[in-house]
Amino acid sequence: MPDTNELLHLVPKAEAKQSMKDFKSDQEVRWCPGCGDYAVLAAVQGFMPELGLAKENIVFVSGIGCSSRFPYYMNTYGMHSIHGRAPAIATGLASSRRDLSVWVVTGDGDALSIGGNHLIHALRRNVNLKILLFNNRIYGLTKGQYSPTSEVGKITKSTPMGSLDAPFNPVSLAIGAEASFVARTIDSDRKHLTSVLRAAADHPGTALVEIYQNCNIFNDGAFEALKDKERAQDAVIRLEHGQPILFGTDHTKGVVRDPDTGDLQVVTVTDDNRSRVLVHDAHNPSPTTAFALSRLADPDTLHQTPIGVLRDIDRPVYDTLMAEQLDTAVEQHGKGDLAALLAGNDTWTVTG
Amino acid sequence: MTSQVSSPAEQADEASEALVGGQRAPRSDHAGAGEKEIRRLDRVIIRFAGDSGDGMQLTGDRFTSETASFGNDLSTLPNFPAEIRAPAGTLPGVSSFQLHFADHDILTPGDAPNVLVAMNPAALKANIGDVPRGAEIIVNTDEFTKRPMAKVGYATSPLEDGSLQAYSVHPVPLTTLTIEALKEFGLSRKEAERSKNMFALGLLSWMYHRPTEGTEAFLRAKFAKKPQIAEANVAAFRAGWNFGETTEDFAVSYEVAPASQAFPAGRYRNISGNLALSYGLIAASRQADLPLYLGSYPITPASDILHELSRHKNFGVRTFQAEDEIAGIGAALGAAFGGSLAVTTTSGPGVALKSETIGLAVSLELPLLVIDIQRGGPSTGLPTKTEQADLLQAMYGRNGEAPVPVVAPRTPADCFDAALDAARIALTYRTPVFLLSDGYLANGSEPWKIPQAEELPDLRVRFATGPNHELADGTAVFWPYKRDPHTLARPWAVPGTPGLEHRIGGIEKQDGSGNISYDPANHDLMVRTRQAKIDGIEVPDLEVDDPDGARTLVLGWGSTYGPITAAVRRLRASGQPIAQAHLRNLNPFPKNLGEVLGHYDKVIVPEMNLGQLATLIRAKYLVDAHSYNQVNGMPFKAEQLATALKEAIDA
Repeated sequence: MPDTNELLHLVPKAEAKQSMKDFKSDQEVRWCPGCGDYAVLAAVQGFMPELGLAKENIVFVSGIGCSSRFPYYMNTYGMHSIHGRAPAIATGLASSRRDLSVWVVTGDGDALSIGGNHLIHALRRNVNLKILLFNNRIYGLTKGQYSPTSEVGKITKSTPMGSLDAPFNPVSLAIGAEASFVARTIDSDRKHLTSVLRAAADHPGTALVEIYQNCNIFNDGAFEALKDKERAQDAVIRLEHGQPILFGTDHTKGVVRDPDTGDLQVVTVTDDNRSRVLVHDAHNPSPTTAFALSRLADPDTLHQTPIGVLRDIDRPVYDTLMAEQLDTAVEQHGKGDLAALLAGNDTWTVTG
Repeated sequence: MTSQVSSPAEQADEASEALVGGQRAPRSDHAGAGEKEIRRLDRVIIRFAGDSGDGMQLTGDRFTSETASFGNDLSTLPNFPAEIRAPAGTLPGVSSFQLHFADHDILTPGDAPNVLVAMNPAALKANIGDVPRGAEIIVNTDEFTKRPMAKVGYATSPLEDGSLQAYSVHPVPLTTLTIEALKEFGLSRKEAERSKNMFALGLLSWMYHRPTEGTEAFLRAKFAKKPQIAEANVAAFRAGWNFGETTEDFAVSYEVAPASQAFPAGRYRNISGNLALSYGLIAASRQADLPLYLGSYPITPASDILHELSRHKNFGVRTFQAEDEIAGIGAALGAAFGGSLAVTTTSGPGVALKSETIGLAVSLELPLLVIDIQRGGPSTGLPTKTEQADLLQAMYGRNGEAPVPVVAPRTPADCFDAALDAARIALTYRTPVFLLSDGYLANGSEPWKIPQAEELPDLRVRFATGPNHELADGTAVFWPYKRDPHTLARPWAVPGTPGLEHRIGGIEKQDGSGNISYDPANHDLMVRTRQAKIDGIEVPDLEVDDPDGARTLVLGWGSTYGPITAAVRRLRASGQPIAQAHLRNLNPFPKNLGEVLGHYDKVIVPEMNLGQLATLIRAKYLVDAHSYNQVNGMPFKAEQLATALKEAIDA
């Protein structure tokens, strides 16, 4: 696994040292006061100078929803498109312009409901996109209906007697859709968020980063179990590649494989079972264990939620393959000759 | 050759013949004793018909290629079911290919065949109604057994019960003869039987003195990996030719001289509408010096453009087969943002799915070609049949005021020029553009004078490279919606250009700066400005063909050009003056359209829909335009249209 994405070398470097200020646009940020989106915006703007890429070669593409206003606040190129379609639009841009660093900003409704098809196909193709999925488990911009990540029984304006449908687990979905990079992080944990963004930026191909983001108006405290210092010890499983999967107060809990079923389970770590605790391997070509890890979380309480990079594997990148086919076609047939193409093989001449 | 407005001196040949069958024999050369008679004809209409698995489309294509390389003018009409292999031997499973070729300029695939090749009882039954008395019918007698006949409701054999007495029937055991001819090849009966279409092609090639080298070369190339099959097909093809040469049943063969008078000097090829359109897109990319990006999802009858462009990656063409219609246009729009010449191809149902993205493209003011190969609707409708009922969808099928220019080709070869024109409008005015072709143009073919590179338009564009606006404090900035005062186009600043970083989106934008704006007056201004930009697109004036000072104008658009022109020729030949005009640009209309319409007492608009252009004309010009409509999935027939026009004139 190379440390740096060789595809990043196709994107021109910034000539001068950059600061966070360089990435702030002149537009007033208009999210609700206290919205988790502010924290993510600050983390992204703060992290961008680290990449050192020419900011004119960075593009943010979004769909529709609160989070999709994001591009307006970045002083890069940007497109605020239509509901659910950002991955498709970004695919066209990234696959035609390999010199660009293309980022998609989307939400749980945008990416998983109306745009679910585009998301899974972008992941399957492994287009060179970084997808930031802001998951607040609610529809914010349309004022509070339940979303495809809301817990069953959610009481909202559109579900006064409780929602009926089981939620998606975005990480499980992404792994099932052949994603080559899947991570999860939390808006309030700037350090973790930044480390995940860095890993995503370094990944060649599609990177999906699910960001748990608080909507303080319509779903306040949705992730409190993961943020509250006391409760988070038992609720959050911090994954680090090459490290044993331990959590809880004093790392007393660990993840082991059940020898009978092959599934994962959480155990209290003792000297007897310590050797059985799984060591996290984000680069494992098989998605099985990463998927099993994603299933440890309880969809209602979010207890045992893994965060960090669940999967980060090397797989051919769509845009690279597309460019290679163009090169191969030129090698095989020569550079296109328009006159020869138009004439074809079967012509006749009329003399005046 | 149907790509020009008919000249005053046009031949009135298609009018000189009433709808009767039989092969006209203006001159006849009786050859010496022992040799077969050769008759000269000025035009012939042949229809090959068989099961959808019988290879009729291939047979038709090959006969077309032979005819094109011989130098006849021609026009074709493939007609096939939507099912890939409909139940064998049934009426819905019949596939046919009609070809009209002549020693002079012709405009349509012909109303009624002079020769029908029927590979089975279903093909005979499905097509006999179109065949005029006296015409020749070649039937594969091997298929006229009890079960296949019963399947289509023949109680007795039409070959024996006298029901075909009015025709000149040639009973040929095509299957038996093919198997016999291929017995040296060691193929199974089933494999050998498959070549019976090539036997039929060989027979027809003999009948009409077609060159054969092209077909033999084609077969060897097509089956290069299976040389035995290639040679078997060549053998069947030759056996068919020899059968015509030797058997007494075929006493006469025919010559149709090359149409040398009909064509301006130059180099020609045969081309179908979808192929011409694909080449037009590649040529536009070259002329614009922009890479071509196609985002598409397979749909009949547009898929051939995706297939064709996918073969030309050495022209820098990127083709993206998306997960759905929406992603197809989405990817194209993304590529347009990045500076590609972006295209999406589809048919009516796909346009419906793309509508929201077309609206976004209107708002973003980025160049984008939306190619709609229209088919029968609504909904899935008739996937393999033709119709021009998407005009109003293209004009108005979006939320909000979202004007989109519309361009429509008139003949298969004209699809090339229409693609270049659509690209010109999109690139000059930074707008999505609709190109409305249809199934008839897409699959039909005609001779095409191959253009020289220097005849192609210059489509080069200038990307923005620096600031274009000065703020009150003197700061130079880039305003993405500061327009060119002449075209009202906004600057195209592609990512990668330093200093021009900007954000665009579907929310209403402040005039000039492009920042989000909910200001009522600004929205009113932006809506009107977007409309004014489209209204101001430069399109050529409408040409009217009116040699006799007529009082009635027939106005068409799109693929009805051939049948309308043929009908007009008939009327004029019978002494009835009529004026003709055909629209290429449907949005905006040519500036002189209102004046043209006002010049005539009557305006008749034939359309393969229920009067969509007529509706637009009536609304915009307050002209009492009369519709003549046909929505049966097939192009107009010239004779029928001539009759309708005559009735409308006399009404």
